[in-house]
Amino acid sequence: MQISHVLPLLCSIALAATTAHAKLNVVASTPDLGALASAIGSNHIELTVLAKPTEDPHFVDAKPSFKVKLMRADVLIEGGADLETGWIPPLVDDSRNNKIQSGQPGRVIAAEGISLLEIPATLDRSKGDIHAAGNPHFMSDPANGRIVAAHICEVFCKLDAGSAGFYKANLKTFTDLLDAKMKEWKATMTPLQGSSVVSYHDSWPYFAKEFGLKMDLFLEPKPGIPPTPAHLAQVIAEMKEKKIRVIIVQAYQNRKIAETVAGHTGAAALDFPLFPGYNQSYIDWIDSLVKSLSSTLNK
Amino acid sequence: MQFRCVSCFGGAVQRRGIIQDLRIMKRFCISVILVCWTAMVVQAGDTNQNSQIEALQAQIKQMRENFEKVQNEQRQQIEALTKKLDELAKTMPSSTNAPPLVAGRTNAPVDTKKLEEELAAELGQGAGTNVSAAGTNIVAGTNAVTSAPTNAVATKSWTPTQPITLMRAGSAYMNISFDALLDAGWSTASDPSSQLELGDHDPIKRGFSMRNAEVALDGAVDPYFKGFANLVFKLDKDNETSTELEETYFQTADLPGSFQIKGGQFNANFGRINTQHPHTWAFADAPLVSTRMFGPDGLRSVGAQVSWLAPTPFFTELSLGVLDGQGETGFGFRNPGDPDALGVNRIHGRATYDRNMEGPQDLVYVPRVSSSFDITDTQTILVGTSGAFGPNETGEHSRTEIYGADFFWKWKPANASEGFPFVSWQTEAMYQRYGAAADPTMTDYGLSGLPAENLRDYGFYSQVSWGFRPRWVAGLRGEYVNGNNSEYDAYDVYRGERNRVAPMLTWYPTEFSKIRLQYNCDHGEYFSVEHSVWIQMEFLLGAHGAHKY
Repeated sequence: MQISHVLPLLCSIALAATTAHAKLNVVASTPDLGALASAIGSNHIELTVLAKPTEDPHFVDAKPSFKVKLMRADVLIEGGADLETGWIPPLVDDSRNNKIQSGQPGRVIAAEGISLLEIPATLDRSKGDIHAAGNPHFMSDPANGRIVAAHICEVFCKLDAGSAGFYKANLKTFTDLLDAKMKEWKATMTPLQGSSVVSYHDSWPYFAKEFGLKMDLFLEPKPGIPPTPAHLAQVIAEMKEKKIRVIIVQAYQNRKIAETVAGHTGAAALDFPLFPGYNQSYIDWIDSLVKSLSSTLNK
Repeated sequence: MQFRCVSCFGGAVQRRGIIQDLRIMKRFCISVILVCWTAMVVQAGDTNQNSQIEALQAQIKQMRENFEKVQNEQRQQIEALTKKLDELAKTMPSSTNAPPLVAGRTNAPVDTKKLEEELAAELGQGAGTNVSAAGTNIVAGTNAVTSAPTNAVATKSWTPTQPITLMRAGSAYMNISFDALLDAGWSTASDPSSQLELGDHDPIKRGFSMRNAEVALDGAVDPYFKGFANLVFKLDKDNETSTELEETYFQTADLPGSFQIKGGQFNANFGRINTQHPHTWAFADAPLVSTRMFGPDGLRSVGAQVSWLAPTPFFTELSLGVLDGQGETGFGFRNPGDPDALGVNRIHGRATYDRNMEGPQDLVYVPRVSSSFDITDTQTILVGTSGAFGPNETGEHSRTEIYGADFFWKWKPANASEGFPFVSWQTEAMYQRYGAAADPTMTDYGLSGLPAENLRDYGFYSQVSWGFRPRWVAGLRGEYVNGNNSEYDAYDVYRGERNRVAPMLTWYPTEFSKIRLQYNCDHGEYFSVEHSVWIQMEFLLGAHGAHKY
């Protein structure tokens, strides 16, 4: 083969290599963050979500297969605020991947930039399993979703400058749609402001604050302590007194207990997923929450 | 003359005149046009400017109107909200600081008692007197964190009476935790530690034992290393405290090529249970194979380990540890053994002598290969094989080889609540060839010395844990160990045939405490049968790093 043939071939290969770039490998700890990453990154990223939509995010097993996923990741998006403290740290420690270590640009802590609610004044486990940094379930407030989406876009643009325009365009589409839907949601929820909702565990203060709901009655007597008949009797009494009509339950919580309490009070036990389902977008998830809750409260 | 002037003039006009006339007229017209045009332009400019000014004025007027309108709207909103706040303040009960639960408690106690019983029956729970009693004590006294969000949201200005936070999880340089295990129980053997319970952290006597009070520290040293330390305190039979630097090691955070290096004092990466700390075990005592091959403390020594994560789509890890292997924690290796009645250190009956480190062959090498597969969405398996190779101190060229195979399977459904329900099954098998040198000095028990021989031991344990409801785990473990025959076996607790069956039940009030009940049925070639019942209690304070899978 003559040099005159090889050289242009090599040059074109080299050119192709420099212009073509591998997709950004993104790992998200929970499906809500995954949904945002997908909205921003779309088909320019390879996305893996570690926790299942139906899983309790505090108790995900740190399986060895996750270490392999993290070994290849360019970006790790986690909620932070100690939500994943039971399983992400040993995975990252053993991932042999510098890009996702603490402080690196590829390590995205979604809680940074969010005003957290319910930061405890003292750390005392006699009050139950409290989150020291504040309540970590902040993604249920679409205003926070907006902030996290922008944060994710910033990181993607920084690490994959070639697709920065694409990511920014997706962010704009997402934000425009979110803003439009926010008006709709506000319109739906404003007449229901001040309504009380009973929840199994205190995972919805952000949603409650955004839409003006009262969520201060829980089936758990203390965070992380399972419901006891004595406590449930009190809850039932209070629900009757205040005419609370809905109990929200997540997939991994004991529905039977919620249904029992609902039966005694004439309330409805409503499935209220903590995360978007497989292939469900962030906006569709919030939309389904607003719709299901408003239709239950309006009955 | 006059005529001439006139005619001159006239003539001039007449002849050059027409042309000149035209020129002059042309010039005149042009200038007139120019002037008119300029005037028009200026005038137009004027009117333009005027209309511009008018337009601007109209805009300003419009903006002022808009602003005033917005101001009015905001004023109205503020008034409405203030009114609403006032109304709410009026309708709030007088005891605004008490959590809603306390307010509820004052209603009809008789009805709630009946309702409690109904609920208990419906939900199939016990009356739960212990937990509800605890619940009432705590509710009455303190502001539960679950009280209305408005309490916590407002950021208060600091006052001297506020507690000072010395440390909070997620924002400390290291995790510090203290974990204590307390054992209580009974055994048909009067001294369980002499033969039955050979692990260093197992219950050692009838009644109470405390064999594992552990301070665990871990954290990021810097961007390059993570550090771990485990300091264990034990109380012996005479309630004397002994301290153990169980593990102290660093681990690299980032090396090229998927490698990781660990160095310090650590549990060798052999099998599964050798690297697990006693407070994470599913049972209250160490398996028979572990103590037989690795002695009371597990295979643990000062050394270094390099591990590599293979670029396979499934998890595959190769690791090689190089350890010092001296002392009781290098049990089958450079372990001098225990002193006999005459003060001579012996192991398996042979007198030992201190082998100096002559070369790399005197270190202990621990290779391991392990793989993990997520066979379904809800099931994971982990398989591995390990080895340990090194010298032992019964003879100048004596060597020991230990081989192990391990298997772990776990099922957990997609909607597990707090990790329950789950089923896990862990099995480990080991085989050891201990090259024991001859020792003519062993003349106890009517023996006339011991020959050079290969002491071959093998065994396994298999345990199933079933988390059948949140915070409850039931388990069953079966174990068997045996080996070839040697003359000294009857006097060696680490030889001979043994088997053990142990059912257990553990309750975890929260993830920070546990209470376990376990029954051991031990059979042994040299002690027939013994029964033991153990209760183990664990509590954890502080921030403890998450455990490996």
